[in-house]
Amino acid sequence: MKRASWLAALLLALVAALGLVACGGDNESKETATPEAAATTTPQAAVTGTPQAATSTPVVRSGPKEVILATTTSVQDSGLLDVLVPEFEKESGYNLKVIAVGTGQTLAMGQRGDADVLVVHAPASEKALIDGGSAINRRLVMHNDFIIVGPEKDPAGVAGMTSAVDAMKEIADTGSTFISRGDDSGTNKMELSLWKKAEVEPEGKSWYEESGQGMGPTLQIANQKDGYTLTDRGTYLAQSANLSLKVLVEGDPLLLNVYSVMEVNPDKFDLVNSAGGKAFADFMVSEKAQQMIGEFVDKKSGKPLFIPDADKTYEDLGLKTPFG
Amino acid sequence: MDLIWDGLRESIHILRTGDYSLWEITLRSLLVSGSAVVISLVLGIAVGAAIAFNDFRGRNLVFSLVNTGMGLPPVVVGLLVAIFLWRSGPLGHLRLIYTPAAMVVAQTIIAAPIVTGFTAAALRHLDPRLRTQLYALGASRLQMLWIVLWETKLPLLAAVMAGFGGAISEIGASQMVGGNLAGDTRVLTTAVMLEVSRGNFAPAIALSIILLALIFVVSLVLTTVQQQERT
Repeated sequence: MKRASWLAALLLALVAALGLVACGGDNESKETATPEAAATTTPQAAVTGTPQAATSTPVVRSGPKEVILATTTSVQDSGLLDVLVPEFEKESGYNLKVIAVGTGQTLAMGQRGDADVLVVHAPASEKALIDGGSAINRRLVMHNDFIIVGPEKDPAGVAGMTSAVDAMKEIADTGSTFISRGDDSGTNKMELSLWKKAEVEPEGKSWYEESGQGMGPTLQIANQKDGYTLTDRGTYLAQSANLSLKVLVEGDPLLLNVYSVMEVNPDKFDLVNSAGGKAFADFMVSEKAQQMIGEFVDKKSGKPLFIPDADKTYEDLGLKTPFG
Repeated sequence: MDLIWDGLRESIHILRTGDYSLWEITLRSLLVSGSAVVISLVLGIAVGAAIAFNDFRGRNLVFSLVNTGMGLPPVVVGLLVAIFLWRSGPLGHLRLIYTPAAMVVAQTIIAAPIVTGFTAAALRHLDPRLRTQLYALGASRLQMLWIVLWETKLPLLAAVMAGFGGAISEIGASQMVGGNLAGDTRVLTTAVMLEVSRGNFAPAIALSIILLALIFVVSLVLTTVQQQERT
């Protein structure tokens, strides 16, 4: 009986001790990077679990060190941010929190002032955000491209087609399985715009399925079901080792995937860290970051994933701009 | 089949080298879920004792609510906590969103009803004469509670196990309120999801092995304690 209660106490102490160790480690690593950031994060609060503990630390100061970047999963999945973020934090002293969500949520976070800076790839929605006054100072950062991938057998016979719209029409006409993201992401928006141009209404058709997930899982589903899907090249390259899907349609200017950075408007939302957001946006278009983007290659395929665009306009890329 | 064997082999290599911040993520998982369970235990014992010992109108309703809470979907809890903690939310000025503290709050909401339900059920099954007898012997309320809890320590251990299991294996809430930030709020479950979405199945398998091992070790220790008590 004594021994048993002792064991229980030991377990509890062990958990607590491990917790403290983890906590201490956290603090240490942060302090070397950004001394002030350690104070704004709340490992103490994690131990006691009371939100009040966090507020008692001096969080709100003249210039907060914490910057929230909302971006799309495709950027995070590529691994590019793993290279850029440490460089930005080292250079600026800010603590960047990267929230990787779908484009739909990224835009919503900008709309409600839940982030400081956004990196997105949905030009029409970006325009809506700027027109609504939630975001400011939109700048081109980089592009890659979308591709249509599908099974090697290619039942719709689209391999080598140069028009994405014609290919989509063919997939619909032959009733070949197509897996859509269905999650209001940038990729999903691009796909829907292609269906619209092809004058096809895929929703509810037996050959059309919506995964409701990110690009990685959607590629896996298309792979398992021998279906077609629209994907950004980066995610496809990163996962191609696990896929038997082939690149069937590429090179149509319509398929360019252009990423921009926007700052959330501090005049509209009180809690926005405008200096921090601007610092990150400036960093993304800086010579150094642009060079890092251009030199970034996919680990598995060794191929470059993004082309830096900071000095270009939509017209330079051969695109019609939605921005007047 | 390749995936299974290569995945397993590579994951063993990762376990040995500790790549992908394996141990840091594991420690954080333990810290966050451990804290949530400790808080849940305090809350659960207080509320559980209150509804087990006091006769009041609507007690059945409270019991049903607690039992419903035992099956709270983590993703719903995550959304609720996020709505409050987002900057645009009522508690946005606390700047708690995307911190470990926010994850502790969410996991506490998930684990507390589980602990409360177990505690209340255990206390209700106690012989009610024990309490009257203790009072007759001159025990204070606190002494009474302590002795009664000591009598029910076996079901309480089960409560801890269930609460810990629920907290450490949930993903929806951690992802939403923690944001899965590397070196800050990334825990085992969210790390597994991330590696799968990146197509890195080997580290995903390695992280899953650790997660299972953790739950197993905690259950093993607590079950051993329980068994020793019985004999």
